[in-house]
Amino acid sequence: MCLAIPAKVLEVEGDRAKVDYGGVVREVNVSLIEKPQLGQYVIVHAGYAIQVMDAAEAEETLDLFRQILEFEDSGDERIDA
Amino acid sequence: MFKLRDRETAEKILEKISGTDIHLTLMHVCGTHQDTLVRFGLQKRLEEANVDIRQGPGCPVCVTIPQEIDEIMALARAGKIITAFGDALKVPGTQGSLFSAKSEGADVRIVYGIDDAVGIARKEKDREVVFFAIGFETTAPTTAAALISEPPDNFRVLSTHRIMPPALRAIAEMGEIKLDGLIQPGHVSTIIGTRPYTFLSRDFGIPQVVAGFEPLDLLMAVFMIARQVKSGKAEVQNEYSRVVREEGNPKALAVLDRAFERADVAWRGFPVIPGSRLDLRSEFDKWDARKTYSDIIAEVDYSADVEEKGCICGRLLRGLGAPEDCPLFGRKCTPDKPVGPCMVSREGSCNISFKYGKLKNL
Repeated sequence: MCLAIPAKVLEVEGDRAKVDYGGVVREVNVSLIEKPQLGQYVIVHAGYAIQVMDAAEAEETLDLFRQILEFEDSGDERIDA
Repeated sequence: MFKLRDRETAEKILEKISGTDIHLTLMHVCGTHQDTLVRFGLQKRLEEANVDIRQGPGCPVCVTIPQEIDEIMALARAGKIITAFGDALKVPGTQGSLFSAKSEGADVRIVYGIDDAVGIARKEKDREVVFFAIGFETTAPTTAAALISEPPDNFRVLSTHRIMPPALRAIAEMGEIKLDGLIQPGHVSTIIGTRPYTFLSRDFGIPQVVAGFEPLDLLMAVFMIARQVKSGKAEVQNEYSRVVREEGNPKALAVLDRAFERADVAWRGFPVIPGSRLDLRSEFDKWDARKTYSDIIAEVDYSADVEEKGCICGRLLRGLGAPEDCPLFGRKCTPDKPVGPCMVSREGSCNISFKYGKLKNL
């Protein structure tokens, strides 16, 4: 039930936006988030965008994991995720 | 996001977890987490690394009590159009399920979200349309937003929306299971943020990590908990920072607070959990199915004890045991003929274990 899927914003008009789920375009309600920018990714649940995805953080997640693992290797305990 | 399924990194994290050389009992509260853990074989690999993870009450359909199903059934039998998420149809109340009501001629329609239900109400002006609102903090704001935007007068909401922190408090206070850590649900946390979990670390000493839904998200969350345990810490960390912010989604929280107030309700497998259900505020009375149809709902017997004999769903929801411990699992109880809601819902631990064939390992 809490499944939510990232989709790219194509158009915004009032509380409705057209979003692209990797090829499938749907209309969603964006009244629960601040107005999204075109090209941003939003997390969609039950027809509503519930958050804007932070693209920079998304890109960096895997790098961050690797850094944490490497810091562990070097015995540095202070790094925080 | 498929990068977050990278096998090499997964093996490295697993190695690290094994390397901490501690036994961990963890709980998560999310059907999507359970799906990832079982589908990608992580649960088994983590068991080998001495990490035992249980699902807990993280399945909205599972924790809904039979009397709430009876409420919506009474409305279905009274001729209302019932709109519900597909997952809610097969859950049995004391007198069958919405699915059985539908086969007896009731007008029960599956919707993807509440806006579809409002759309049906606008179209069917001469009928009354009830939306069976199930779900945690992820879903509840969508119901709240629809109510605030003034749905038509023939629309009603029957709310069984529940919130997670009071249930986590109940588990911590009951003390049936000694938890070394909690993996918090990414999409509930998208709405509520990370602060509402703080008390669990502060008052009960439980390390916590909010996690995303890809395999590496979950492995990383386990590793982060292991690291907290190893260093004697208990705090809330956020692994899913690409979506979850400390403050959550303030706009959704404001909408939620405007439409709902908290009520006491039992959860399946639990006694009454104070302040754990979201009921409509009186400002929204005319859309509240419990208020406007109180005469129909009055027939529901709230005192009935209805746990199916032999079914351990209630125990599983408290984190006690595994689906395979149940004598009915895969024998008398299957997704086609479910005995308890843990086998009904796609988010239920029994359904997920059955689907991905853990039975073969028995």
